[in-house]
Amino acid sequence: MSALELCHISLKLGQNSLIDSLSLTVPAGEITAVMGESGSGKSTLLAYLCGTLAPAFQADGRVLVGTRDVTELPPEQRQIGILFQDDLLFPHLSVGDNLAFALKATVRDRAERRQCVEQALDDAGLSGFAKRDPATLSGGQRARVSVMRTLLSEPQVLLLDEPFSKLDASNRRQFRQFVFDHARERRLPTLMVTHDPKDAVAAGGPVVDLALILHQRSAETLENVSQ
Amino acid sequence: MPPAVDALIANRESATQHRWRNLPGLSFFPPLTLLLLLGPVLAGLFGTLLPAFGYLPALGSNEPSLLPWRQLFTAPGLCYSVWLSFSTGLLATAVSLAVVIGFCAGWHGTRLFARLQRLLSPLLAVPHVTVAFGLAFLLTPSGWIMRLLSPWATDFARPPDLITIQDPYGLSLVLSLVVKEIPFLLLMTLAALNQVDAARIRTVARTLGYGPITAWLKAVLPSVYPQLRLPIFAVLAYSASVVDVALVMGPTTPPPLAVQLLRWFNDPDLNLRFVASAGALLQLLLVAGVISLWCALEQLVKWLGLGWIRRGRRAQQDRGFRYSAAVLLLSCSALTIIGLIGMGVWSLADFWRYPDALPASFSLSNWQRHSEDLIQPIWNTVATALSAALIALVLTLGCLEHEAHFGRRPSNRALWLLYLPLLVPQVAFLFGAQILLVVTDMDGLWLALLWSHLVFVLPYVFLSLSDPYRAWDERYGRTALCLGASPLRVWLTIKLPMLFRPILIALAVGFAVSVGQYLPTLFAGGGRFPTLTTEAVALSTGGDRRVIGVYALLQMLAPFVMFSLALLLPSWLFRHRRGLQVSQ
Repeated sequence: MSALELCHISLKLGQNSLIDSLSLTVPAGEITAVMGESGSGKSTLLAYLCGTLAPAFQADGRVLVGTRDVTELPPEQRQIGILFQDDLLFPHLSVGDNLAFALKATVRDRAERRQCVEQALDDAGLSGFAKRDPATLSGGQRARVSVMRTLLSEPQVLLLDEPFSKLDASNRRQFRQFVFDHARERRLPTLMVTHDPKDAVAAGGPVVDLALILHQRSAETLENVSQ
Repeated sequence: MPPAVDALIANRESATQHRWRNLPGLSFFPPLTLLLLLGPVLAGLFGTLLPAFGYLPALGSNEPSLLPWRQLFTAPGLCYSVWLSFSTGLLATAVSLAVVIGFCAGWHGTRLFARLQRLLSPLLAVPHVTVAFGLAFLLTPSGWIMRLLSPWATDFARPPDLITIQDPYGLSLVLSLVVKEIPFLLLMTLAALNQVDAARIRTVARTLGYGPITAWLKAVLPSVYPQLRLPIFAVLAYSASVVDVALVMGPTTPPPLAVQLLRWFNDPDLNLRFVASAGALLQLLLVAGVISLWCALEQLVKWLGLGWIRRGRRAQQDRGFRYSAAVLLLSCSALTIIGLIGMGVWSLADFWRYPDALPASFSLSNWQRHSEDLIQPIWNTVATALSAALIALVLTLGCLEHEAHFGRRPSNRALWLLYLPLLVPQVAFLFGAQILLVVTDMDGLWLALLWSHLVFVLPYVFLSLSDPYRAWDERYGRTALCLGASPLRVWLTIKLPMLFRPILIALAVGFAVSVGQYLPTLFAGGGRFPTLTTEAVALSTGGDRRVIGVYALLQMLAPFVMFSLALLLPSWLFRHRRGLQVSQ
């Protein structure tokens, strides 16, 4: 896998600057945590990275996956996977069909597709759950299916939008480990947005504080002005 | 920073291009929909305007003149017709709104409220005129109520010579409008209530010492009412210009203005078309007048209400008010439902002597006797309703997806445009549309009929689908896109299936609206496409209750079948998907 690179990314909503010229490199297999208060533009940043930013925002900058510039690509061509705090399993599809939805169409053979889905369920400790209705699973089980669904689409990058915040404490630690293990095993550059410092510590990677960056910036401008 | 600006522009363009490439043609939907919706209305009004001022070359009149207006104002009974339309429209709207507000204020959030809501929702699908038939069956001197009271209470051995329906003041007309508009306004209020935090606002007011009704009226109603205005205006416009219900329940000499216009328009004397056109414009002014008067009344009520709120009366003892609101609403519902049952009974009645409460015997002979005559109207009704609803659904889906894609919600003004066909009285532009159709040699084509139905179906389909469509969690779509699915695939395999239930319900709403159309069917169809509704209204003058019962029952059955399908099909398809089941 290759690194995720953010070059001078600025996000604005009207006159309101959310992120100003953020540059950041996430190497393969590393989990970078982005911290910030609510409303600081964390989720907007992730929406921009995966190409689903609402038209009301103005964006500037480049997003590179390795040497591939994905800034202009529509979301379905970026190969950037995202996990939200809700599992967002499609309620009209079975667990297995949810997973198959993510599987590339290039895997043609029916038996092979089924094999991939079964394998993913095994990895999540959910063997034999393919025919189940997602609504009948526990919160933790659904969360794991959701991770496997994202991984089945073979992303080059993984984005995590506060994915652990809705789970209770015991589930939370286990699930966090589950996600991090899978991300590291596949050497995915991973960008995690969170407001829980424990998540950032568990990730074991660099921590970027959006509020700090803004403070630094304004301090620099002040210095420039005084000089 | 020019490079940044360049990049920004490049970004935006590319984003637009992707969207274009992925869901082509999406941008055509809003203008196309507006054109299909407003085109006939504006063209129709134009087509009414010209003959109203004496210009109609097809009838050999090329000179503009005021003669039609002079003839109109000297027509006997015109003033009374205008007054009837004005007063029945205003009264029907005010009474139904008062009952609905009283009931919501007294009972919102109770179990009775939830039950009645479930009972009244299906009544929305029943065409206006069907409800009127049912009421007529109850109220006439030979109707069910009189039969139940005779002879033991009334001593009547034969139907008494009383005027109970078609009374000269239009009160029976008002009653049949009221019972039909109550479910509509109630469900509209409910939708508005869901958008404000009604339960907690009311709790706050009650903890400040206000009685439940006063709390609701003073704290909840002011934030709910603005969302009710457009539906109320639609009810006003409808009630002041209704034709089919007025033919069944309204006074006849003179009739309300819209009915008088229909008579003139159908008169063999073609010169009366000019008078009818002028009258159609008068009808438009009349509706504008009713709505303006309502707006003035709103200001008055607002001023009085503010004073009432400022005085701070708590009115904790409101039990009497609560119960009378419930009794009023329950009796209106009971009248409707018993009337509809009565029609079913009539359609199966063999021999039914006067004071008997029930027929001596039941059989299917009425149905068998008319089965052959029924095929054509049923086919016309179903084919037109299904086509109009499907077209409206496709247009609505296109508009809503366009909106979701570009993140632009239509403004309040756009909502007014959507309501326009419901605010302009039907007669005012259907006359003109008919004239234009004749001139372009298109009258009597099924396509013209379909188009005229579409104008009325589209607003309701849009209003029914827009809320659930907008409420869909966009993150499902984003997730699917990030899994590598194309926008079209996401739309077809994720969004549409998840919205399957509201989509089918919108389709059923459109179907029901089309089934109930009387005037558009008569005019645009040029009388060549008899439907259940036009046949039933035509039969109503004959007074053979058994036949009317058959037609009216079918009129009610058709939308019911559609609604049942809309509710059962998703439940069956998604029977193994708990996440998509309706939580009761």
